[in-house]
Amino acid sequence: MAEPDLLAGYDEETRPIIAGMIAAEQRALAARKAALEDCECREGMFPNPGRRRVLVAAGSAVAAAMLGGAGAAWAQAKAPAGAVLREVPADPTKEQGAPIAEDGGYGSRSQFETATRWRPNIPATTPFSSWTMSPLDQSYGVVTPSGLHFERHHNGIATIDPARHFLFIHGMVERPKKYSMADLKRFPSASRMHFIECAGNTLTEWKQPTLKTVQGTHGLLSTSEWTGVPFATLAREVGLQPGAAWVLAEGSDAAVMTRSIPLDKLLTDGLIAYGQNGEAIRPEQGYPLRLILPGWQGNMHIKWLRRLEVSDKPYMTREETSKYTDLMGNGKARQFTFVMDAKSVITFPSGEMKLPGPGFYEVTGLAWSGHGRVARVEVSTDAGKSWSLAALQEPVQPICTTRFRFPWFWDGQPAVLQSRCVDETGYIQPTLKELVAIRGLAGPFGSIYHFNAIQSWAVAADGSVSNVHA
Amino acid sequence: MCTLKGLLLAGLAAAAASFALPALAEGGDPDHYGFGTTPSPEELSRFFAIPPDGAGLPPGKGSHGEGEKVFAESCAACHGEKLEGIAKPQYLGDKLIGGRGTLASAAPVKTVESYWPYATTLFDYVKRAMPFNAPGSLTDDQVYSVVAYILGEANIIPKTETIDAHSLPQVRMPNRDGFFRDPRPELELYR
Ligand code: HEC
Repeated sequence: MAEPDLLAGYDEETRPIIAGMIAAEQRALAARKAALEDCECREGMFPNPGRRRVLVAAGSAVAAAMLGGAGAAWAQAKAPAGAVLREVPADPTKEQGAPIAEDGGYGSRSQFETATRWRPNIPATTPFSSWTMSPLDQSYGVVTPSGLHFERHHNGIATIDPARHFLFIHGMVERPKKYSMADLKRFPSASRMHFIECAGNTLTEWKQPTLKTVQGTHGLLSTSEWTGVPFATLAREVGLQPGAAWVLAEGSDAAVMTRSIPLDKLLTDGLIAYGQNGEAIRPEQGYPLRLILPGWQGNMHIKWLRRLEVSDKPYMTREETSKYTDLMGNGKARQFTFVMDAKSVITFPSGEMKLPGPGFYEVTGLAWSGHGRVARVEVSTDAGKSWSLAALQEPVQPICTTRFRFPWFWDGQPAVLQSRCVDETGYIQPTLKELVAIRGLAGPFGSIYHFNAIQSWAVAADGSVSNVHA
Repeated sequence: MCTLKGLLLAGLAAAAASFALPALAEGGDPDHYGFGTTPSPEELSRFFAIPPDGAGLPPGKGSHGEGEKVFAESCAACHGEKLEGIAKPQYLGDKLIGGRGTLASAAPVKTVESYWPYATTLFDYVKRAMPFNAPGSLTDDQVYSVVAYILGEANIIPKTETIDAHSLPQVRMPNRDGFFRDPRPELELYR
């Protein structure tokens, strides 16, 4: 269970959420550590239990097979999520590999890879309105594998037959339209790389360092290549009436999710997407159709999109009044806080990792901004006293995560690692102190969204890495 | 060159490709691709989203008394007999009333009563998404009734008041003026 002091000072609504996330992360860490216990090779930097567990499983499978046991049954039972378990030959150059295309034509990841999303514990949330955190600590580059993209659902994951799914565009338009998926795919298409970040990402970290891993602190962030029809193309088709200023987007899930979106934004870069990372959007990301609003809070990227109603005013839906508003210290709340400001986080080394000893390390992480391109990322190894430029992975794309890298020679002394993002508009990622100075002390209670302060990871003399406020 | 005709001409000229709008090919409207169909009024009539002026509220009405029955039957299991919410031992549903006067305190309690700026949102959301385990299963009269019940228990309207499409938009919520437009960008954070 959570340390009681980590929950002190949170309101009734927030406390169970934080407790649930702490418990879920502890469970994930405990599983990792249990698997690590008798593994000499894994005291290293990337605690990953997969190898050992699977090796043991494979060993017993070989034994089972030799005894004439049913190999297929255990293979199903023990395979890590997204993988198929196979016997591991002592020398892969001395035995034929797995026969080709026996996977049915859709591949799986290695049985040795175990990075998975986790969700808060059930007592704190329902299994239908919940979220999962993306394992950023085990990510490379900027693309999030579709199966590891974070999730937030308000009443489960809808199952939709694309042959029976339509997009309606109506309201203040000249020619209301009903589009089938096939219709939408006939329009000229566009593909763009964009991050999606939940407005609630990092909400546990206002008061004190609370979650231990970067998956816990920043895992409501993911990046995909999205393919679809620009909203502007469809707007031209249907024709906008004078006075049109807002658009209600509605999903066809059990929450029938709705948000009001300024027409300007949709016309600028709104995308009606059916593709994600080169294939159809995953069910939990809104199959078959999702609204992409680059750089705006994740909740507005309506999944399972079924209609767009053009209007002259916002509808004041539950998700833009009761939720996703930022209550300030004076009791008044900011509304329509759409854009996600510039932010960055170091993913290696990060919480719960352990550096094996002094020497060279590549400090790396992600930077992003809902305003446009990342202009620069600076890294500090002395808790923000001095900063150095990190290298940015090209191409730096607008409203997309940018991978940064920084070579570091660790001398074995305690250090505090930080990263700071500056975007092309000149916005500088704030320190926690600067952020709290603006949001007031309401931060941890009311204004829990839009936390984008600089993250600090402390490296102790023994190489262990932990989440600190510095 | 930003019109469709322009694009089309550019495409034809540059590549001499066998590219043509279907509408054009069929001798139709050259300004539009023309995909999709025109939805029927019936198809559109199953949709709703109720803004603060109440546009689109359905016919029907509801009373506190009826709403009490609906709530006991369809809502209390998750939101509590007294609308106090159920958080333990397992979270089932939010607290719906109480919390007035706490928004500026160190421990604000955000509920329909204390936080929601519009009563129309309550109708919209309950009709749309509740009961959580059977969304969209209530009749419009039942939704009006349970809204009247929640607003009555929150002391926002008298328990004797009937709610319908005319009266709901006129309900003044306690936190009606509690919101302001996003003031960002925060200029102190710029270079
Ligand atoms: C099976 C449990 C369950 C039942 C039954 C249920 N609710 Fe809910 N209710 C929830 C959950 C869970 C949420 C939060 C949903 C989310 O996370 O988006 C919620 C949210 C709400 C909210 C929004 C609260 C806020 O502050 O944003 C209202 C209002 C509401 N319910 C009213 C009702 C009414 C009225 C009924 C009966 C007609 C009802 N609920 C039945 C579980 C339930």
